[in-house]
Parts: sequence; C-alpha cells; structure tokens
Amino acid sequence: MKGHLVTTARATARARATATTAVGNLPYLVGALVVGLLLFYVLGFDEGATSLFGNTMVVHEFVHDARHVLGFPCH
Amino acid sequence: MPAKAVIPRAALAGGIGGLVAFGVARVVAEPLIGRAVDYEEGRGEAEDALAAAAGQPGHDTGAEIFSRTVQGTLGLGAGTVLAGVALGLLFAVVYTLAQPHVTWRPRVLALAVAGAGFLTVYATPFVKYPADPPAVGHEETIGDRSALYLAMLLGSVVFLVVATLVGRRLSARLGTWSATLVGGAVYVVLAGILMTVLPSLGELATNVATYGPAVGETPQPLRDAAGRIVFPGFDADLLYAFRLSSVTAQLLLWGVLGLVFGALAERATARSRDDAGSVPVSTPA
Repeated sequence: MKGHLVTTARATARARATATTAVGNLPYLVGALVVGLLLFYVLGFDEGATSLFGNTMVVHEFVHDARHVLGFPCH
Repeated sequence: MPAKAVIPRAALAGGIGGLVAFGVARVVAEPLIGRAVDYEEGRGEAEDALAAAAGQPGHDTGAEIFSRTVQGTLGLGAGTVLAGVALGLLFAVVYTLAQPHVTWRPRVLALAVAGAGFLTVYATPFVKYPADPPAVGHEETIGDRSALYLAMLLGSVVFLVVATLVGRRLSARLGTWSATLVGGAVYVVLAGILMTVLPSLGELATNVATYGPAVGETPQPLRDAAGRIVFPGFDADLLYAFRLSSVTAQLLLWGVLGLVFGALAERATARSRDDAGSVPVSTPA
C-alpha cells in the first residue's frame, strides 16, 4: 500500500511538473546557461587575452594542454 | 523532460564525454604536444644564440608554474572533463528548448543537438582557425586570435539558428528533405561569407610586419644574418597529426555526450511514463 501511495504521489508530481514546464524551466535554464558559459570561458579563454583573476597564469598553465587539444587559441 | 531533469543528466553525459576525450588526448595528443614543446625550447635556444651573436639580449622564458607532467595529466584531465561538463550544460539548455518543437525520440534529438554543438562550437571555427599545438601561435596576437575565434564561434551559432528557422518555415511548402537541404545551404553560405570576410592569422597586421606574408603562424625556418637555416621550420606532419587528434577528441566528446544523454533521457521518459500510469504525460513520441 505504501509503495502504491508513493508511486501515485510521484506520478502526480511529474504530471504537475510537466504542466508547469514552460515557467518552471526558466530559472534552471538561466542557471545552466550562466554556469556553462562561465566555465567555458574560464577553461578556454581566461588569462589569455582577458583575465578574471588578475594578471596570474595559474588557470592558463594548469589547463594549458587541454586548451590546445580542444582547439582554443593559446599563447 | 523538464530542465530540472535534463541538466544533471546532460552535465553527467558531458563529463563522461570529456573523460573519453581525455583518453584520446592523453594517448594520442600528449606525445605530439611534448614534441611541439621540445621544438619550442630548441628554437628558443637557437634564437638566443643568434641574438647573442648579434650582441642582443636573449628572451626570458619565465618560470614554470606547473610541470609538463602535471599539465599533461591532471591539467589535461581536469580541463577536458570540465569542458565536457560546461558543454553539457549548454547542451541541456538547447535540448530543453528544442523539445516542444519536435516529435523525435529523446535519443534522436540528443544526437541532433550534440551534432549541432560539434558543428557550431568546434568544427566550423576550426575550418577557419584550426587548433594549434604549442610553438605555433605568436604571443603578441593572442588578443586578435581570441576575438577572431570567438567571432567564428558566435557566428556559427547564429547562422545555425537562422538556418533552422529558414528550414522550418519552408518545410510545409518544400517537404522536410528539401527544406533541410535549403537550411543546410543557408548555413554553409553564411559561414563561408564570414570566413571570407575575417582575416587569416597570417594576414594580421602585426604578423605581416614582423614575419612577412604567411598563411598562418606556423614557425618558418630560422635563418642567420647570412640567410643560412640554423633551425628548421615546424614539422608539417606533426602539425597535421596534432590537428587530427584535436578533431578526434572533440568528435568523441560530443558524440559520447549525445549518445549517453540520449540513453539517460530514454530511460527517464520511460520511467515517468510507467509511473504516470493512466495519467497522460507529454513525452516526445
């Protein structure tokens, strides 16, 4: 019985989540976009032409080889 | 699938794709990078010797922050895996937004979005500004090169959006096949125009002034005052092998991202369909 209740509750929650998708998605999408772009920038471009962390080369040097392999401009 | 369910699965799939790319990078690309670094050091010494002979000071190469070993293992691994996660997050945004517009199964849409990512974020910029190993690329043009690469990347994304909208608009009149071909042609033409308009790296004013006209920034043979070659140009085969390894790594990253996410999404939608019982849940057919 308990299992059945849980299943029903989950089904209801899912149905509700689907119904409110368009509005409910927005904060998640904005979050994923911001974090994704920031990570992409730090890995691919930071401490090259521009730098978020001041005039250090720690990130650049650490991911140096990955940057070359992934095709980002380097040095 | 709501964004809340898409994002963690896409980040995981991207991380796994990055891990596979790291495998290729470690085994195939890293030895090539090592040879390129050796060339760079040898050339630096030859340049210093030339400068000393001419009575000028040599270049200061600066202190190492991380050893080559760390760069080639931990740094390479962290960089590729995190890049996979970042691309997975961006993939999640496009996948979530595309869902309501197609009737494809999750795994088909997943491969389509991953293919679009590979095409716009890597392949198209690569055609104009291909990946370069260490030793290839002048330090003084890093600003120009970053801006040009970003312009190619953003242009490719915008062009694919335009091509998709054109294709969708025409599909009722021309049918899916012809409309897709027209959309593809729109993408190729727009990307081709941008590639023609943007300068190649060898055409940058700084490079022409310092090195004379050239296609790119690949080091040419080093000559002494008498014109004799004292150090060879960069090995063309090494450059080719490195670029091929870069394409392979990126192709695997996106391919694994698309396939793994597709499998996870199929499983999640099947489960929510089972859970829902008679409650209708909108899932792509």
